[in-house]
Amino acid sequence: MGYKAKFRVWRGEGGEGKLEDFTVEVNEGEVVLDVIHRLQATQAPDLAVRWNCKAGKCGSCSMEINGRPRLGCMTRMSTFDESETITVTPMRTFPVIKDLVCDVSFNYQKAREIPSFTPPKDVKPGEYRMQQIDVERSQEFRKCIECFMCNNVCHVIRDHDENKPAFAGPRFLMRIAELDMHPYDELDRRESAQEDHGLGYCNITKCCTEVCPEHIKITDNALIPMKERVVDRKYDPLVWLGSKIFKRSN
Amino acid sequence: MTQTTAESPIRKQRAQLNVRTLRTDRWWLTPALTFAGLMSFLIYGIWAILDKSYFAEPYIAPFSSPCLATSCPEGARFLGLAPFGDWYTLPPGLLILGLPGGFRLTCYYYRKSYYRSFWLSPPACAVSEPHTKYSGETRLPLIIQNVHRYFFYLAVVIGAILAYDAVLAFRDEHGNWGHVGLGTLILLANAVLIFCYTLGCHSCRHITAGRLNHFSKHPLRYKAWTFVSKLNARHQQFAWASMYSVMIADLYVRLVAKGVINFPFA
Ligand code: SF4
Ligand code: SF4
Ligand code: FES
Ligand code: FES
Repeated sequence: MGYKAKFRVWRGEGGEGKLEDFTVEVNEGEVVLDVIHRLQATQAPDLAVRWNCKAGKCGSCSMEINGRPRLGCMTRMSTFDESETITVTPMRTFPVIKDLVCDVSFNYQKAREIPSFTPPKDVKPGEYRMQQIDVERSQEFRKCIECFMCNNVCHVIRDHDENKPAFAGPRFLMRIAELDMHPYDELDRRESAQEDHGLGYCNITKCCTEVCPEHIKITDNALIPMKERVVDRKYDPLVWLGSKIFKRSN
Repeated sequence: MTQTTAESPIRKQRAQLNVRTLRTDRWWLTPALTFAGLMSFLIYGIWAILDKSYFAEPYIAPFSSPCLATSCPEGARFLGLAPFGDWYTLPPGLLILGLPGGFRLTCYYYRKSYYRSFWLSPPACAVSEPHTKYSGETRLPLIIQNVHRYFFYLAVVIGAILAYDAVLAFRDEHGNWGHVGLGTLILLANAVLIFCYTLGCHSCRHITAGRLNHFSKHPLRYKAWTFVSKLNARHQQFAWASMYSVMIADLYVRLVAKGVINFPFA
């Protein structure tokens, strides 16, 4: 059942490198990561690739397969033609360490810049009482496996490296939305979502949603609702007036 | 052993790949079709606004409704009103064009579709855009997109008027109730699709309960949100469906008005 597939894999140290051609055996039921491992075992022992779970749950094996951000371990070889040349490259938005392994520390940096969960001071651990419907929305976002493919595909930084300091990327704008929607979070995160984390850069073109392996509706359920909250805070004169008159919070 | 440390300059570079994309599928197809679809709507819209045969008792063409100019025939006037006076001699459709136009122009879905297909920012995922600078919706003019909710409020009114027009279409050309023609059904279907599109709006979702953090304290608003969320999940489909239904309904009424389609089947 096996066949020989044509692979082109990006090889290099740091950003310097090129695509190298391989012909490699593929067996039934295999995924791209299996084939990369076979390359390692048979032809390119120093080929670097990051992986852990091989089950689509650790978010380590993000790469670009035929130009599309994918998890290597979840991309079945059966989705390709046997005659097709399969091109595998590291994520484009982050610096490369070696071959398919990127330095994703941009993401950890952005994660640190977001103020953590801020509950009311007088509520002690064990005293939180929340109803399921109040936390349901944010539970979707917690499915995230931090593969960072959404940040990788987002054109705001993929095509414009200079936007990196100003833009947290969909992964972390979603984190802000998650906290902002949390019934026990006390920080008003709307102003800083726009001013410090770059929500306004997002033009809702939904590539993050398209590539998310957890099928999180990042744009519809996190980014757009957050944009609407920002409008409340910054741009809607009626809401502003209402909040002055009624001093109401939700 | 030498190590590439986090500080070495080579570590700061992305993979050198001097191609716009490595995608091998037909990624250009969707933006091309979207471009064609939106263009067809624009071109039809311009023709329809200038076209004078927008009324054929009991039908009024959606592009020209509500008809508020003095030039509107008696039966076409919305609630008999003609608030603009005699000085206004341009096509009546122009008066209201900005409301549904602005609503769709600032709609989150349409934004996605024209940013991708007209502005190529980006044309498709993982295909680089042609622009050297990008500031998104952070500054003028695109920061104005944030007015969308106000267009939503107005769109609810327009949606209600189109529904009212559909109800009036249950009369025959002499004003007697009980008529059901093809036009009645088309106007009705259009009104329903427009409502599904309008209520599925992200701003509507936010207003119903999206802005709250305690759904459990607002059970009615939560219910409304749940309903709106269902429509919202199909917002793109309703955007296209209602865009074509409004074109079809509009064209149909004009064909009746021009005598191309005749009663009683109309
Ligand atoms: S929807 Fe926004 S955050 Fe997501 S990829 Fe597009 S621009 Fe980036
Ligand atoms: S949101 Fe989805 S694409 Fe983004 S890091 Fe999490 S799992 Fe990956
Ligand atoms: S190896 Fe864990 S997600 Fe692929
Ligand atoms: S109408 Fe599309 S988001 Fe409001």
